[in-house]
Amino acid sequence: MMLCFMRKAKMAILLGLIAMSVGCASIPAGVERSPQDPWEPFNRSVFEFNEGLDAYVLKPVVAGYRFVLPEFVREGVYNFFSNYNDIYTALFNLLQGKPDYAFNDFMRVVVNTTMGLGGLIDLATPGGLEKHKEDWGQTLGVWGVPSGPYVVLPFFGPSNVRDTFGTVADLESDYLFSFVKNIGLRNSVTGLRVVNARNTYYEAGDLLDGAAIDKYSFMRDAYIQRRAYQINEGRDDEEPLMPVYENPYQ
Amino acid sequence: MKSFKKIYSFLLTGLLLLASTVFAQTPDQSTPPDVLIKMVVTDVMATVKSDPDIQKGNIPKVVDLVEKKIVPYTDMRRTTEMAMGPNWKKATPEQQAQLTMEFKNLLIRTYSGALSQLRDQTVQFKALRAAPDDKEVVVKTVVLGRGDPVPLDYRLEKTASGWKVYDMNIMGVWLVEAYRNQFANQISQNGIEGLVKFLQDRNKQLATAKPAN
Repeated sequence: MMLCFMRKAKMAILLGLIAMSVGCASIPAGVERSPQDPWEPFNRSVFEFNEGLDAYVLKPVVAGYRFVLPEFVREGVYNFFSNYNDIYTALFNLLQGKPDYAFNDFMRVVVNTTMGLGGLIDLATPGGLEKHKEDWGQTLGVWGVPSGPYVVLPFFGPSNVRDTFGTVADLESDYLFSFVKNIGLRNSVTGLRVVNARNTYYEAGDLLDGAAIDKYSFMRDAYIQRRAYQINEGRDDEEPLMPVYENPYQ
Repeated sequence: MKSFKKIYSFLLTGLLLLASTVFAQTPDQSTPPDVLIKMVVTDVMATVKSDPDIQKGNIPKVVDLVEKKIVPYTDMRRTTEMAMGPNWKKATPEQQAQLTMEFKNLLIRTYSGALSQLRDQTVQFKALRAAPDDKEVVVKTVVLGRGDPVPLDYRLEKTASGWKVYDMNIMGVWLVEAYRNQFANQISQNGIEGLVKFLQDRNKQLATAKPAN
């Protein structure tokens, strides 16, 4: 218990130090403030910190990972963690009142854990069991908790007030992160998960860099839209969300 | 006897019409939006998967494919207009034409990069939910393959020359919506001319850049 508290205190101090060291970057002149992003100066500085961390640490590590391990091994790693996450997804779908999705995800875990060699192969997807992805933030959103202002978290990236609590809850309830006793094992697994997560959008990240005019606001606007879409999906009255654009000729 | 012949010819035309919509290779003005998307996507995916040059990452070849097989069914001017919002009217006709061309090129290049990474993915087409007299529809698809499924929706508008795609939703993010603030910011910083120049420079830079793999 004491240990757990110490860990949290250390985390809080670390976050505070980062916030202080990055300071408050000013918004480029002429940028129109978004009503969903009142903390933009702070967010932009954390964003810069994350970009630097990605460019100098994470991306080179992932490049090495891709160089050393053949594709089928990386795919096995991806499938293993994906199967592990499906257990949580099934539970979240139950909490969100979507028993049909929950059953589908539960069956995915059963199929992939047994016939898919402990989750190393994804047989459920080609078998027609669609994959979903749910977390605490989405579940809170389905329950009606408003997102609150946009926040960029150090290490974790785009978020909002609700999803920040969601991320903390995700970590706290995560078996591999919070309940594995062997610290060496836990840290190795966490490291592998981070590398695996970054690896899944290795190529897409480069595409995004090429397509963005201002990466910060691109990622922000995309994140806000995507979360709203994820929370809305699978509802009975699911309508294609069509934004209403201001037509200059109307 | 005469009426029988009439019915017979009626049935025959019906069958031919049916056959032409099912087996036609290229969509035309009367192709329904969901059939149009299915035809174009199926055709492009088959080409990408069977072309060894594209699989090796030959981007100019993919760009060429996109120009020929996808662009004719899009309305990039409308896409640009929507992304510009109220600023569109402030642009001169030349600037509007330049913006449309540069934005189109940026999107084509990004889309081509994504296409060249296609390997064993398949596309699932969802049933169209629309009334027959709708002028605007969303056709929903999901790309299945390695990794998480990617929802990919197309927003189409009925025009005199058939249905045209003018917006896309990738994993819950509408393209036009994602560019609106970026355009507005760039314009309030450097004016419309600044946005044109930014897009031109970026496209030049992307055209000369070496492929990532």
